[in-house]
Amino acid sequence: MSVHKTRSPEETRSLGERMARELVPGDVLLLYGDLGSGKTTFVQGLARGLGVPEEVYVVSPSFALIHEYPGRIPLFHVDLYRLSPEEVDDLGLSEIIPRGVTVIEWSEHLPEELPARYRIYFRYLSETEREIRIERRA
Amino acid sequence: MRILAIETSCDETAVAVVEAAGDTFRVLSHLVASQVALHRPFGGVVPEIASRKHLEVIYPLTRRVLEEAGFSLAELDLVAVTSGPGLVGALVVGVSMAKALAFARRVPLVPVDHVKAHSLAVLAEESPRFPWVSLVVSGGHTALFVVRSPVEHYLLGHTRDDAAGEAFDKVAKLLGLGYPGGPVISRLAETGDPSRIPLPRPMLDHPGYDFSFSGLKTAVLHLVRSGRAFAVQDLCAAFEAAVAEVLVEKTLRALSDLGLSRVVVSGGVAANRRLRTLFQEEARRRGFEVYFPSPSYCTDNAVMVAISGYFEFKAGNQASLELDVYARSQFPRYPL
Repeated sequence: MSVHKTRSPEETRSLGERMARELVPGDVLLLYGDLGSGKTTFVQGLARGLGVPEEVYVVSPSFALIHEYPGRIPLFHVDLYRLSPEEVDDLGLSEIIPRGVTVIEWSEHLPEELPARYRIYFRYLSETEREIRIERRA
Repeated sequence: MRILAIETSCDETAVAVVEAAGDTFRVLSHLVASQVALHRPFGGVVPEIASRKHLEVIYPLTRRVLEEAGFSLAELDLVAVTSGPGLVGALVVGVSMAKALAFARRVPLVPVDHVKAHSLAVLAEESPRFPWVSLVVSGGHTALFVVRSPVEHYLLGHTRDDAAGEAFDKVAKLLGLGYPGGPVISRLAETGDPSRIPLPRPMLDHPGYDFSFSGLKTAVLHLVRSGRAFAVQDLCAAFEAAVAEVLVEKTLRALSDLGLSRVVVSGGVAANRRLRTLFQEEARRRGFEVYFPSPSYCTDNAVMVAISGYFEFKAGNQASLELDVYARSQFPRYPL
């Protein structure tokens, strides 16, 4: 486990960018944390690290539920914010996971434990500071 | 030409029958199986969005549209359907229905881009002359385009994080105001003073036409967490003013840079009264024309799909039964 304190959105992005280096297809990252705690910002960094072209913006998937980005490894950005646990089953997560790296915001809404190598917890500290705790599992 | 159109790109299942003659449109019937009423008891967590709901609704909804229009499938000339962008599992439901109808009636099948269709919804009621600047602003999209003709749309800029409508929903959630956020924030904003709480105007000092609303959400979060006393009406007014000003300023910039004099505003947030007022004031002051579709054509609907499908067909664009869906639009950038 590692705990990081970031002092700006750019620092949160850099953390995501560095973390992308260790990812391989099939990896799942479960993100937990409140509105405004830095989750989407972190995923923007992951995308940069995975080689998603700069002109392709990584935007909030809250409305569309799943965004797919082209990179060295395809990135699936999932957001369960608007979903109840019963509906998450309808999203077809098991179909996308083998195809790339899947990062899931609002994993609190998952109906059951999903086998995932990473669990990442985001906490709002102050206007600019966030605490990001990364748990890795074998 | 009689068109049956289907839209299932995200939450809404929508079907319409539209008659096109020349470049004018007569809506024979259009229905949206709106799910907002189902959502509210869950306080912002929205159930039944995914494909299953579309699947349950699409057949009875299509039947009802045909009945209301007094329309028989034997009279059908064209099927238009949203093939992207959106949730793949949801899009597939509409596209499969469209393929079945086109195959059974042996009529052309025309794929439509959801965002492009939003830009054209205004043509159901009015006929602004091309080219125009289009602002599409909703829960899922915030983007500026140059629309040179019904089929030529160039992207000027779009949001780098949250859509404007999404910012409304999330700020409403932060303030414990319920779902959807737009109407409730607007109602509270009416009695608030926007000048009492200073909020940022994201991206205004940034060149180009991109938007960003995530920082605005964070500013509201910070205020709520700081424990400072404030009137929720003032915060709603300040937030709404910040969003509206950024949207209007960027659109004015596009008009002036491109030397154009017509703006079309569409998408769910186009129903926002402050945004409309601000656009109308600027239009009077600067001498440009601004168009807003009626509310039922601003939010997701199938009439706009019929309109876009009609023009795409005239331009020679139709699909085989192999038609696939796509998650993200790829518009050509306007060459500046």
